[in-house]
Formats: sequence, structure tokens, C-alpha cells
Amino acid sequence: MKRIEDQFGAWVIQWRWLIIIATLAFVTFAFLGTKNLVFTNDYRVFFGKDNPQLLAFDDMEQTYNKNDNVLFVLAPKDGNAFTAETLQAVHELTEQSWQIPYSTRVNSISNFQYTYAVGDDDLIVEDLILDPASITDSDIARIRDVALKEPNLVNNLISASGHVTGVNVTISLPGINESTETPEVTQFSRNLVNEFEQRYPNIEIYLTGMAIMNNAFGENSLNDMTSLIPLSFLLMLIMLAILTRAFAGTAVTFLVIGFSIITGMGLGGYLGFPITGPSTSAPIIILTIAIANSVHILMTLRQRLHAGADKKAAITESLRINLQPIFLASLTTCIGFLSLNFSDAPPFRDLGNFTALGVAGSFFFATLFMPALLSLLPMRARQSTPYSTRMMQNFAEWIIRNRQTLLYSVGAVILVLIALIPKNELNDVFVEYFSEEVQFRVDTDFSVNNLNGIYRIDYSFESSEPEGISNPEYLIALEKFTQWWRAQPEIRHVNSLADTMKRLNKNMHSDNEDWYRIPDNRELSAQYLLLYEMSLPYGLDLNNQVNIDKSATRISVTLETMSSNDLLAIEQRAQNWLLENTPTYSSFDGTGPSIMFANIGKRNIESMLIGTTLALIGISIILIFAFRSPKIGLLSLIPNLIPAAMGFGIWGLMVGQIGLSLSVVTGMTLGIIVDDTVHLLSKYLRARRENNADTFEAVRYSLVTVGPALLITSIILVLGFLVLTFSNFYFNSSMGLLTAIIIAMALIADFLFFLPLLMKAEENCNENITNDNTHQPANV
Amino acid sequence: MKTLLTITLTSLLTFNIAFAQTPEERGLEIAIESDKRDTGFADQLAEMLMTLRNAAGKESIRKVRVKTLEVSGDGDKSISIFDQPRDVKGTALLSYTHSTKPDDQWLFLPALKRVKRIASRNKSGPFMGSEFSFEDITSFEVDKYTYKYLRDEEVEGKATFVIEQFPTYQASGYTRRIVWVDQEIYQPLKVEFFDRKNSLLKTLTFHDYQQYLDQYWRADRQEMVNHQSKKSTTLLFNNYQFKTGLTDRDFDQNSLKRAR
Repeated sequence: MKRIEDQFGAWVIQWRWLIIIATLAFVTFAFLGTKNLVFTNDYRVFFGKDNPQLLAFDDMEQTYNKNDNVLFVLAPKDGNAFTAETLQAVHELTEQSWQIPYSTRVNSISNFQYTYAVGDDDLIVEDLILDPASITDSDIARIRDVALKEPNLVNNLISASGHVTGVNVTISLPGINESTETPEVTQFSRNLVNEFEQRYPNIEIYLTGMAIMNNAFGENSLNDMTSLIPLSFLLMLIMLAILTRAFAGTAVTFLVIGFSIITGMGLGGYLGFPITGPSTSAPIIILTIAIANSVHILMTLRQRLHAGADKKAAITESLRINLQPIFLASLTTCIGFLSLNFSDAPPFRDLGNFTALGVAGSFFFATLFMPALLSLLPMRARQSTPYSTRMMQNFAEWIIRNRQTLLYSVGAVILVLIALIPKNELNDVFVEYFSEEVQFRVDTDFSVNNLNGIYRIDYSFESSEPEGISNPEYLIALEKFTQWWRAQPEIRHVNSLADTMKRLNKNMHSDNEDWYRIPDNRELSAQYLLLYEMSLPYGLDLNNQVNIDKSATRISVTLETMSSNDLLAIEQRAQNWLLENTPTYSSFDGTGPSIMFANIGKRNIESMLIGTTLALIGISIILIFAFRSPKIGLLSLIPNLIPAAMGFGIWGLMVGQIGLSLSVVTGMTLGIIVDDTVHLLSKYLRARRENNADTFEAVRYSLVTVGPALLITSIILVLGFLVLTFSNFYFNSSMGLLTAIIIAMALIADFLFFLPLLMKAEENCNENITNDNTHQPANV
Repeated sequence: MKTLLTITLTSLLTFNIAFAQTPEERGLEIAIESDKRDTGFADQLAEMLMTLRNAAGKESIRKVRVKTLEVSGDGDKSISIFDQPRDVKGTALLSYTHSTKPDDQWLFLPALKRVKRIASRNKSGPFMGSEFSFEDITSFEVDKYTYKYLRDEEVEGKATFVIEQFPTYQASGYTRRIVWVDQEIYQPLKVEFFDRKNSLLKTLTFHDYQQYLDQYWRADRQEMVNHQSKKSTTLLFNNYQFKTGLTDRDFDQNSLKRAR
């Protein structure tokens, strides 16, 4: 390693033109790969192919119908949906929604199939709103009466008080061109909203549903990229200008950043990684880390130039000092990001891989391209003594003086923060993945607060025999389960075949309320079901509710928005109820996106635990070999682990909720914060070994040489990750914030805890070193 | 002499029409010919085996007997009697179909021992849970559609007329159908259905046509595939019988109870 480092700088300068040309060729190649990047519009990407909740959900969708939807929520300003004008609007919107691309069914109070008996022999099946143009007050009163009593409609397509109403469109995407189908549906729906809001100024229309949510994922990924990347470039430009005050350095760093991003995203494109919400933060993270690498080279370069070295000598020296730590830092950062491959959620794997590629690229650009280009550009030394050097010297003395106090007091703070970690509660509310500035979130919140909910659990209530759903015993169990759900405080709506059977029984007995009950024999139920099946309108079939051999029905439960823990708890309550009350029919779990998202955080933490541990072991082994000292390598575990613990402690105090994205933060930050340790320890050991310095002197030396750079890179990293807090996705903004906290903690822990600890641990070694060395300035 | 003249005139007329015809007239002409060739069977009995298949390929089977009475100037009358599944055995549906207004339907539920009239304008809902809708399964009547001849085309080695048909019934689930009519037997070989937004919804194909009474062609097998839901239905027919002497009295509400 040593030989390489010594000759590396000379080699780079000798071959600089070749390096520059090769770099440009490679970047061009990588750039062409960005053409392959696609934005994904499907929440399912968050789940790995073998995720058990996804498999259960796929199974449900295969057995029954797939249920992506668009929901229009109409809120008349007078607070009453039952007016001639609003009913007219609902009717028209229902008709026009059939034109939405890939729509297969439209449901509203307007086309609700209202069945009623006339006399003994006639059963009428008709749209609830037949002719809105000539509707009378008594018609409206009748429609209101029917709608507000219909369990299938209330809190589903009409609010219980009748103040808002919905038009729900079932969408069945062919899945041929996934990146355009969902936006097509959304665009068409938005145009409908605009058109209707113009024609009906007294009605506000909100747009939500799974199809719209899917679109929001893609759309906001794009928005994030187009707004946050320029923002971080701008921020970094300002930072660099202030910090380096050198045009050449800033310009070259910008190229390194740009090239690194192109490398990460372009190679990722070749490898087929998609752009999803989480992976939109990859360019910003690459940018941030690439700057950190460049800053190390630039800072040493400046120090050397200041010390009077000529440009070539300064470049050679900067590379000699930095090559190993930058290589180690990049390697460990890559390992940290690659540990995201253990994540249960593919978008985080993509994020890790994009970033790892970009970071690897930044290593080569910072150590080859940057010095090669800098050697061609004019650079001059600054006159004044860097303030930072003096400041660092004083800081080093202060730490050495107060090492005991620092060790115990900072140690105590760390312990307190660790104790706060359990205050974090697992929670993934997928609607809240979107910030409150996103229209989808606004509309969905309105819908959840006024009409129905987006938290839905589906059960395939199994009878375990073909045609078994007609069995009265089964139907009564189904009815009881339905009633149990209706009695839960969190419930919004239950859709169950039990209601349909009871209604038909009543209809077939001249609408006599006494017959609103489950039919008492199997044949009758089966025949009602046949009747029901034959009366269904276009676009609906029994398969929505009943599987093909009629051995099971789907019961759909809509709940208010709640935390993952509460959702899993209520599902457990349902399972317990089934076991106790209907043991014959109890062998099925609830499923659906809300259940999938409720489990994803926990699954991710479990899978990332393995990934993070492996990354930690790998990084520690690398450090032991790099530092050629098991003791130092093992000791470095402490500053590598403590910052994440501190970060989560602070998070527990500030926020208290962790979800999907925060489970990957530990692995991700591990690779970044190790860099602090690497730079600090490599300088420390260089002083100890090359200059025979004692512990104190080595601490001084490492703080003065690398302290300013660490401070600056930490500031850059913190700011870079803080840019992510402006993301429209909560998983990005929370990840950015927590990562920023952890990086800040890493610096604090390194300076104020790890150095005192190191001094304590190496106290004994000091005796072996002669005292004359103590105050001699390190000459490296 | 008079006959000869008529023939000459007619053929001259036909000749003229063939050249001066609009696509609409040509389409209508083919429809009229199809209808004419299938007229006069009086009544028909058949056993139908229905296989429903969901997107995952799981199947379920229904057995139905269908009796049809030819009605001139209106849609036919029919009774469908379920034999399978067991729980619905004996359930029977009587329908008087109409081209441009809602059908009349009565349902007999043996477990309830009652006949109920079902009033619904809906003809586009699924027929017995299959991918066929009521409007797909009912008899072909000329005034059910307006027509537009598109082109000639070969389908599996057979020459066909390709005709676009537009439903005349207001509440139809389709904007249009495209039908491939066998030029030899004037029966459809393939039908494509387009939904309300004019997207391809389903394709129906007819297989193994047999001729009965030297005139009437019936397909032994029909395959309907729904492209949007990926579900499909196969209809297998056998034991076709014609002119069995059924009358209006076999297609009234009382007959429904006795239908089993």
C-alpha cells in the first residue's frame, strides 16, 4: 500500500491526459445508461417478490377481482349531497367516468342497483337515480332515505350525514406499459375534476384512490428529483465557495459530483434499477458523499500550498496522505449502502445500489480525475494562516486537558440517549408517506375525514367446501363476523355478502322487514345467490365477492387511519374473535395494502438487522487489516455504533415514530460515519508509527491535519441530507433528518468521546515512548 | 314468364345494389340474409355445459338446459333450467327478449316455490356469472343493431364479411361489435366487443358448426375471453333438437314451475 501511495501522485500527473480522456469516455458511457431509468407508479414495488403479505394479497386479487380504483369525492358547499344539482352532478360524473382509460366499473349512489318488491310477484332492479333532469323533491327524499339506510353505501359512497358523496371507479390496468398507464388514468380523472368544478361551482371535488396514489409515487419522485437536486447543487456551490474560496477547486469538485451522480444513476440504469420514491434520494446522497471525498483532497492540497509547496508537490502529497483513507472511507461507505440489499423493500435495495455505484465512482474521480485536472489549472496559495489550524490546535489541547471529564460526561449523555431508544414506536401509515403539500395527501385526508377510509382489510371467509357459502351455518357465522366488525369503534364500513343475502330474502318476501335475515336453508341461499348474480349490472360480477367454486366470500372492512401497531392489534382481535366464536371458519388472515404496509417496517428492521450486522463485521475486519491493529479496529466499533444509537435516542425524544425508511438508516449511516473514524485513526496511527508520537501528540496531529476537513465534510453531509427533508415523501425527509442527526452525532462522539477513550485505552503505551517527542510538531 | 321476369329484375337490382351500396346498406343486407337463413326453426332444445374460468385458471361448471321458441318480429322466448350445481337444480329463468327495450324476465326459485318477475333494464350484466352478458346470449335480431360493412377477410381458411354493429338498445354495455360472418353459412365465426369507452373488452369465437334439418347451423362450442379481467367462459352445446312442437303455453309463468 505504501509504495502505491508514494508513487500514485507522480503517476497521476504523468498520465493526466489519459486519465481525463478515459474519465470523459467512461462518463459518456454511463450517461447513456440513464436512458434506461424508469419511474415506477405502483405501491407494490415496496414489497419483495416473496413478501408473505404481498403473496397473500396477490392470492386475494387472483381469487377475487383486482381492485385499483379512482375515487371522486364530491363535497357540495351547502353540505347536502341530496339536492337536484348535486345529484345531477353525481349522475353525470358517473356516466362520464366510464370513459376513464382502463375503467371497468363505476359505482355511485346514482347507479346503485336498488332492488325492491312490488306486490307479491315483482322484483324491481333499477338505478337509484334514474332521471336526474326531471327529479322532484319527493324523489330526492326517497333517494336520500334509501341511500342512508343502505349498508353498502353508507360511509362508502355516501357519508352517514349525507354531506359528501363519492363516485368510485374500478381500474384494471393491462400492465403493458406501466409507466404511462397510471398517469393516463390520473390525467383523465383530473380533467374530469376540473371540468366538473367549472360546471358545478358549488361542489368541491377531491380525487383519491389506489390508482391516484400509485401515480403520486411516480409524480412526486420526478418532482423530488427536479427540485431537490438543483437545490443541493446550489447549496453545495455556496458551501464550497465559502470553504475553499478557490475557483479551480470548486469547478473541479462540481465535475466530480456530476460525474459521480451520472455514474451511479447511469450504471444503475444499465442494471435495470427503477426510480422509486426512496431511490430518488440517491443522486443527492451521491452528491453529498462525492463532495466529502473531494474536500479531503482539496483541504490537504491547500495546506501544502500554504506551507510553500509547489502545485505538483502539493498534489502528490495530498494523494499520498489521502489515498488510503479515501479508499477505506469509500469502501466502507459502499459496504454500508450495499447492506441495504438486505432490505425487504426493493426500493431501498435500489437506493443502496445506485448510491454504492456513485460512491465508488466518486472515489476514482476524486483520486484520479480531480488531481489530473487540477494539475492543469492555475492554483495559488492563500496568504493568511488558516484560522482553522489554530482553532484545531486549541481544540486538541482542550480535549486532552479535559479527557477524563469528557469521557464520563459525554458517556453519560450517550447512555441517556440510548435509554431513549425504546421510546420509538414502529409505524407506517402509507397515506402519510406523502407530505401535506402533496395534493393526493390533501384529498385523501379529506376523503378519510368525511367519507370513507383508505385503510382496508380483506378477508376471504372460507367454508372449505365447494358451494359451501350457501350453508346457513356458514352465512350465520359470516353475519356474526360482519356484526362484530360493525361494533368496533375504529370501523368505517363493512362490505359483506351477509347483507346482500338478508336484503334479497326481504325482497323476495315482499319487502317484509321480518325477513331481513339469513335464509334458513341451503338451497334457498344458493338460489338467491343465482338471482343476485343474474341481476348484477355491467362491469360487476359475483367474483368481486365470491370465489369461483363458491367456497368462500370476501368481506372487506374499511377502518379509520391508524398506526401500524393499532392495525395489527385490531386484526389480531379479529382473529381471536374468529377462533372463539366461529372456530370452524377461522383459518384465514386479513390482507390488503394496509396490512402489507403495517408489517413492512418490522420486516425491514428484521432483515436490515442481518444486513447491518454483516456490514459492521465487514467494516470492522477491513479496519483491523487497514490499521494492522486488532485493538484499534475493535475500538473503532464504538464510535461507529454509538452515533446511530444516539440518533435514534434523539429521534425517540423528538418524533417517537419509526417506519420503513428509518430501518435502513443504521446500515446506511454506518458506512458514512466510519469515514470520520478512518480519517481520524489513520492520521493518529501515522503519527504514532511514522513519528513515534505519544497518544497526546498523535491526537493533536490527527485533529490538526484532519479535524478541519472532518468538520467541513460533516457540515456538508449534514446539509446535504437536510436537503432531503424538503422531499415530498416522508420516508425520504425522515431518513434525511435522522441521517443528518447521526452524522452530527458521529462527529461529536468522535471528538469528545472516542478521542478521550482512545487516550485512556492507550495510556499504558505512552510509557514506551520517549518524552522528548511530546511537543515536537509532527512533520508529515 | 312472370317468375322469370321477377328473377331477372331481382338479379339486376341486386347487381346494381352491389355497386351502388353504401357500407351501411351492405352490412344490413348481410344481417338480413343471416336472419333469413336462420328463420323457421320454430323451437329448439339444447343442453349447455358452461365452464367459467377466472384469471388464475380455476374453473367451475354449470349445466343448463335451454328451450327456445322462435318469435317472428320480436326477440325469441326462452327458458333456461339449471341442473347443476346441485343447490340450484330446478331454478328456471323465463325470458322474452326484445331488441330495443328491456327484456321481460321471470325467475322460478324451487326453494321459495314462487315465480318472481324481475324488472331490470340491464342486459349487459353477466349471464349466470359467465363472461357472456344477457345481450350476447339472446337470439340475433336484425333491429338489435345498425350495421356497417368493413371488408372481406379470411378467418382460419374461411372467407368472411367483416361487419361493424352498433347496438340500438340505449342501455347496452357496448359501443360496438365487430363480427366476422362466414360467407358460406352466414353465421358468425368471431365477434369482438368494445366497451363504453370503445376499448376492446371481449372476443367470442365459434367452433365446430353443425347443420341441423339441412338448414340451421349451430356451433358446438363457443369461447368467450374477457381481455380486461382475463377471465373466460366456454359453452359446450349438445343434443340439439328442433321443431319439437313447443308453443307459447310452454313459455308462460305457469310452465316455469313445471319446467324441471
